[in-house]
Amino acid sequence: MFAPIQAEFACALLDPDRPVPQGLRAYTSQRPTRRFAVYRNNVVAGLVNALRAKFPATMRIVGDDFFAAMARVFVMTRPPRTRILHTYGDDLGDFIEEFAPAAELPYLADVARLEAVRTRAYHAADAESLPAAAFSAVDPHTIGSLRVTLHPSLGIVRSRHPVVTIWMMNAGEVEFGPVNENEREDALVLRPGMQVAVRKLPAGGAAFLLALASGATLAEAASCAATDDPDFDLTANLAGMILSGAMTACTPAEGSMP
Amino acid sequence: MHTKITAATLAGSFAAALAMAASPAVAQKSDQQKAGQEKCYGVAMAGKNDCAAGPGTSCAGTAKVDYQGNAWKYVPKGTCTTMKTPKGMGSLTPKQS
Repeated sequence: MFAPIQAEFACALLDPDRPVPQGLRAYTSQRPTRRFAVYRNNVVAGLVNALRAKFPATMRIVGDDFFAAMARVFVMTRPPRTRILHTYGDDLGDFIEEFAPAAELPYLADVARLEAVRTRAYHAADAESLPAAAFSAVDPHTIGSLRVTLHPSLGIVRSRHPVVTIWMMNAGEVEFGPVNENEREDALVLRPGMQVAVRKLPAGGAAFLLALASGATLAEAASCAATDDPDFDLTANLAGMILSGAMTACTPAEGSMP
Repeated sequence: MHTKITAATLAGSFAAALAMAASPAVAQKSDQQKAGQEKCYGVAMAGKNDCAAGPGTSCAGTAKVDYQGNAWKYVPKGTCTTMKTPKGMGSLTPKQS
């Protein structure tokens, strides 16, 4: 009995052409059309504002009017599925990919994906990163069979566009300057302390980290990365991982360490 | 094509990476990172579920019906217009659709 009322209410909330749901009463009115319109507007405007807060660089790129209009379409076609607001909009990048008015900005979807991964990193579990000193005990000759645990906040966005440069310019981290639209950049997102950091991954770095994340040994991951990109530089990638605090634990191969 | 990495290459790269990580300039940087861990609590996303329809749409009064999807009328005109000009730092004139 209650479910159909809820369904009708939910549909009417997101579709302004629908009438006030049956059975809705206010003490001032038998058909509280205006009141329902206020509520409907608040629901949509509230969600649009949540998206504004989560995607500031995306909004800056397209401007406020365009972003708000796009966000309204997103809200009406993809309303929240959970009550956790900070995950809302995680699929905005996928939506933008299909959103015709944004087609002239092919990099926009990836900027939105990067911003979603930043929010996820912000809310991820806290964890201590392994300091460089932790690795000095590792026997270099068994390093290939080492497996590592990556930081819970670590996220990767692979892009066919210069997503990191574009994000940095629009997040106020670097000055605006020429952008080579043909450049490909992969982003590493990490929050070792309290601040979410975004870095451009070196060649093959994304493949390397994704392999490690799936449980590969360092040797397996390194060969994966070198296959993915012949310019893969193992030393630079290892140093980058240690310095950025990307790892929280390392497990030597069985039998090779105490 | 599959690229194999030898154990010797791995050992060498690892030693070099550790040396890089231990250099004084880098040690100073990680101290700075530590300092950054103490601040920056204020960036959590605030709840947005309250009355949020914004100026001109008071909760108690008239509701401006501004949620109709009319995005097709809009052309992106933020910083994309700056980034798109060949010289990078171009004019902010919105593109004519």
